[in-house]
Amino acid sequence: MSSRSTTSSALTLTLGLAALVALGTTVALGLSLPQTVEQAHYSKLIAIHPGLAWASYVSFGVTAVASALWLLPRTRSRTWDLIAGSAAELGVLFTALTLVTGSIWGRPTWGVWWVWDARLTLSALMLALYLGYLALRRVPGDPDVTARRSAVAALLAVLVVPVNHFAVEWWRTLHQGRSLAQMTPQDDLDGEFIGAMLVGFLAMTLVFCWLLVHRYRVARLEADVEDEALDVALAERRREAERV
Amino acid sequence: MWRDAALVAGRDLRLELRSRVGMNQVAPFAVLVLVLFAFALDTEGGVLQRTAPGLFWVAVLLSALLAIQRSAGLDAPDGVRDALRLSGLDPAGVFLGKVAAVAVQLAALEVLLGVGVVVLYDVELGGLWTLLATAVTATVGLAAAGTLYGVLAAGLRVRETLLPLLLLPVVAPVLIAATRASEAALEGVALDVAPADWLRLLVVFAVIYVAFGVAAYGPLLEEA
Amino acid sequence: MDPAVHLRGAVCLLGRFPALAGADLDVDPGEVVLLRGPNGAGKTTLLRALAGLLPVTRGEAVVLGHDLVRDRKAVRPHVGYLGHSPGLYDDLTVRDNLRFWARAGRHELGDALDRAGVDARLHGVQVARLSAGQRRRVALAALLVRRPRLWLLDEPHAALDAPGRDLVDGLVRDAAAGGATVLVASHELDRARSLADRAVVVAGGTVEPEAANVA
Repeated sequence: MSSRSTTSSALTLTLGLAALVALGTTVALGLSLPQTVEQAHYSKLIAIHPGLAWASYVSFGVTAVASALWLLPRTRSRTWDLIAGSAAELGVLFTALTLVTGSIWGRPTWGVWWVWDARLTLSALMLALYLGYLALRRVPGDPDVTARRSAVAALLAVLVVPVNHFAVEWWRTLHQGRSLAQMTPQDDLDGEFIGAMLVGFLAMTLVFCWLLVHRYRVARLEADVEDEALDVALAERRREAERV
Repeated sequence: MWRDAALVAGRDLRLELRSRVGMNQVAPFAVLVLVLFAFALDTEGGVLQRTAPGLFWVAVLLSALLAIQRSAGLDAPDGVRDALRLSGLDPAGVFLGKVAAVAVQLAALEVLLGVGVVVLYDVELGGLWTLLATAVTATVGLAAAGTLYGVLAAGLRVRETLLPLLLLPVVAPVLIAATRASEAALEGVALDVAPADWLRLLVVFAVIYVAFGVAAYGPLLEEA
Repeated sequence: MDPAVHLRGAVCLLGRFPALAGADLDVDPGEVVLLRGPNGAGKTTLLRALAGLLPVTRGEAVVLGHDLVRDRKAVRPHVGYLGHSPGLYDDLTVRDNLRFWARAGRHELGDALDRAGVDARLHGVQVARLSAGQRRRVALAALLVRRPRLWLLDEPHAALDAPGRDLVDGLVRDAAAGGATVLVASHELDRARSLADRAVVVAGGTVEPEAANVA
């Protein structure tokens, strides 16, 4: 790492620039999209909402993979634990944004702020899972102990997601009677909508990477500070012994 | 492992018998939930009957939280945790034993709640085999997930507030699947998703958590 | 003869805190050693680490021939640990507790309860209803059942009446006579000194032999 006073580097500057460009393009494309009959301006949200959802899944995946790597004795390293925690925080961010944009997008169609659509519900459950995971990480204690508990919780969550997915899909899509507004506006979309969506995917992925690098470095710095404090405590302890 | 599981299950159940927490606190709570639902919802117009499966499983879930907290709390004190680790008991066996004990308590609760629902909500029973299969698989899944998260949060002062937060999003699919399967059983309603699919989901859930618990309980017990 | 306990530069962390910061200790089989030292010095941590309950992150640690750094679980069946809180289930009776712990370790119950001085009338009483001193005796009984080769006692005399303390001393002497090694952490210096072969001072996470002679 280049300097200790900031977490930026050539890597983050490049990433950040790329993310900015992609994001800018996404917004521009989004705003330039024509209004649809059903959703007026809100259809433009297709540029960022699916991208945000995608980023939340990416975050989730990174947390899971990093946790697995930490648990395997051969690859165990503090780095993976820090990455897992950082990615989870980003996951909360992206999931929350997904929910908010999804709600805003749906409002004109449904007339209400929330509907128990399969995807939104699944995102809400994932948010709850993430928050529980972060709460677990915050409990003070031995970092190895915290790392182990969190890693197990993260892997459990991975198993839970497909189960939740099926449960919620079946529950909502095949609910008898009620006709829900279809939450897949992608269905009858022209190329330009799909184009904007894909650029949005790219942009969000870049933003995620940029944020992850920074967040990880901050976490690493925090961990280093704690390690130094440990060495100080060790020395202090020995001096205590000499005083007796 | 099985011998240790039986030993631990016996111990937890004996503990329950001696302390009567289940009978004196959890069961009344469960019945209370049923009654409160009746107050909150319209008792005319068949609302209660239609929503009975959902209300039943919500009541089971809330009561399960209490039962799981209690089960996790038994082995939480430092002295007991140390002794457990020193004893040479197979941690997988300890896990299975605790799951079995919680499952038995939940089963008793479900019978009680079932009677409550039939009486208070005026529900007609039907499709008993499906109901039974649903109850068994859902119960095992809940017990396994609860015991696993119980040890995950064990030894933490915040265990009592953390456990519900951790557990509820995890057991949401059990609630969904069990309710839908029960509905199908009771009303003979042809759902687009067959009860067999829901049951399969419940079985998958139970298998995942039992397997994970058997593997992870030991390591999780370790960190002093 | 191999030492029962051999520590060199052992480091044990409690969270970030180095409770043991490079401890050295050698104890021969059959010895009774007193652990002295101020509160917070690391006596409890030392005992727990020797029991295989706490990981030793640095240094050497061999107990009863088992390398704790490599696998601390292997030594557990051979040690008897008496900590501050008794490992007993409050809602079970004395007898149920002992039976459970005995069966768990695949031991026989035997006359452990009598040898630990637990009144027969208390056998059917729930542990929650017992006094601290009575609970300590039950915990001792649970330890006796294991017939451990290494006894790790953390302040065993605390909260006991005079007969209770005499009982503890008697049990320790019997154990040592039978070849077991006993480490006792205690603030009751006079009583413990007459019990122990020698004493060590635990301070600041390290262990030093006591300068003065043990009476």
